Amino acid sequence: MKSTLNFPFTRRRFLQGTGAAFAAVSFGGSGAFAADKKVNVYNWDTYIGDTTLGSFTDKTGIEVQYDLYANLEEMFAKFQAGNPGYDVIFPSDYMIETMIAADMLVELDRSRIPNFKNVDEAFLNPSFDPGCKYNAPYFWGSVGIGYRKSKVGEVNSWGALFDSDKHSGRMAMLADQRFVMGVALLYLGYSANTTNQDEINAARDLLIKTKKHLKGFVPDSGQDMLISGDIDLVMEWNGDILKVMEEDDDLTYVIPDEGTVIWVDGLSIPKGAPNMDAAYEFINHVMDANVNAEVANTIHYATTNKAAREFVSKDDLANPAIYASDAVVAKSEALADVGDALPMYDAAWTEIQAS
Amino acid sequence: MENWRNNKLVFAVLALPPTAWLVIFFTVPLIIMWVYSFAERGPQGQINLAVNFANYVRAVEWIHLGIIWKSIWIAAITTVITFAVGFPLAMGIAFAPARWKNVLLLLVILPFWTNLLIRTYAWIAVLRTRGFLNFGLEWAHDKLSALFALFGFPELMGEFEALELLYNQKAVVIGLVYVYLPFLVLPIYATIEKLDKSYLEASLDLGAGHWRTLFSVTIPLALPGIASGCLLAFILSMGTFLTPALLGGTDSEMIGNLIARQFSSSRDWPFGSALSFLLLYMTFIILWVRASLAGRAGGGPI
Repeated sequence: MKSTLNFPFTRRRFLQGTGAAFAAVSFGGSGAFAADKKVNVYNWDTYIGDTTLGSFTDKTGIEVQYDLYANLEEMFAKFQAGNPGYDVIFPSDYMIETMIAADMLVELDRSRIPNFKNVDEAFLNPSFDPGCKYNAPYFWGSVGIGYRKSKVGEVNSWGALFDSDKHSGRMAMLADQRFVMGVALLYLGYSANTTNQDEINAARDLLIKTKKHLKGFVPDSGQDMLISGDIDLVMEWNGDILKVMEEDDDLTYVIPDEGTVIWVDGLSIPKGAPNMDAAYEFINHVMDANVNAEVANTIHYATTNKAAREFVSKDDLANPAIYASDAVVAKSEALADVGDALPMYDAAWTEIQAS
Repeated sequence: MENWRNNKLVFAVLALPPTAWLVIFFTVPLIIMWVYSFAERGPQGQINLAVNFANYVRAVEWIHLGIIWKSIWIAAITTVITFAVGFPLAMGIAFAPARWKNVLLLLVILPFWTNLLIRTYAWIAVLRTRGFLNFGLEWAHDKLSALFALFGFPELMGEFEALELLYNQKAVVIGLVYVYLPFLVLPIYATIEKLDKSYLEASLDLGAGHWRTLFSVTIPLALPGIASGCLLAFILSMGTFLTPALLGGTDSEMIGNLIARQFSSSRDWPFGSALSFLLLYMTFIILWVRASLAGRAGGGPI
């Protein structure tokens, strides 16, 4: 799952307490144990169930060395100098594509992951990794509109942000160039991953026009502005809005009808993994319906695991800030690595900021 | 007499750790960045070493020069305000009774004990539409209205309208003044503290008033400290990225934010390095101008 990449202090995944931080053990190399007695897992902070690691060790006798990262660029930078000894990692959509291109990921042998059959087929053919050859889908989330019902009424289109001055000065957007540009592109009917300069320019012009009605492009503080009453509408991560919805009934979250940019995280095995067998066992364990549901009920993100949904809390399943309708998901896109076109996005974003 | 310079071994042993530190953690990274600034970005953001000036050409495009100009402008306003607040503060501390001095100095550096990020978030809580400052103003407004109502003018004050204090350039300047005030106060305090107080007494004894003494004696004598303090505040504000990111509005992007973006979401380290070096060259020019001015004036310490 991506953090707001511009900033090292993201709270996109709201902190669930410090438990996970204490679970972090320093990485001690891999020579001390037999290869199949240990697995080195490198994951996002607060992105696993309370009992997931314990039940894995109980079942297989394999010990888990568990390390955490705060954003994808940090993880990627570590791998650029060669795999430092990890067996399982949790990269997101565009980063999966980047790592495939950089020849950093192992092509997964499905016969060793029987639980792969549990994955919702909507997630089996993503643009960033066609056919899911290099990643086993884990959890997903979205950007959408968080808003105050009593002030705004009902919202079901991105037009509320892009094509209306009704809430001028009472709106804000994320400070994440790819997600914000991606949503603008989708709203205009283009792909969020376009590499066409004209389409990128159109999205740029739309955002420049919208900008004068915005309070700011805010790095992950949109939910605070919403709950404090500074704004009524904000483009934000679902997880952040979910947090403030629990505190204030008047707030809600919607993925507009035009669809949105979603993020999907996968489980991958990096090349050079020292404990390949244990890595497959771990991935299979996490994809077990019961285990996966326990993760879902701990972190409150939407699982890509269809079989697990049976065991996921009914409240979460009914919550629009967690699960969206299949129709909306079908219209949504995950970010892909746009390669050489990324500087075009950067230039457009600079122009938006400078205008 | 034995000169300590003669004992080369002791000197070498003492100088080795700081030199090694500087070379390994400052010079080497800087050289790597300098090399990167001529490299090319690969499709996945790889750094393909090369010798081309494309990054520098891109760095001086109008749009980027505009952002640099805006950064200079914001840094200049910040420096002027910081000086207006900081100079009297430094004077006050320098002339305070000895037993108060340490306490006052401690108060100046106290904010450093808390993380900058947290302090900046605190400013959000103070400045936002429904923040502490607006709450305070609203309270004062209501009390005044009630007072006027007592005298028969209930409509005089009108409705309270919250001030828009956050998410604009003003908020950025407020945040920067707050953050860099100690950097300006401390050098100025140090020069005023060191300065021979008998000059001031002589000036006063010979008939100059307090204002005349301030402008004709104290300030000229404190000039090296003033220059260092202002330069520090200016250079640091120029390269900041956290304050505009959190307190700024939709048009507050500064050069620091642009650079930070190249090393994160845009994954264009070569261009980011070129922008950083552009900033560094500008800083060198400012320091050089400062040094040559100081040289002409008779060489005060920076």
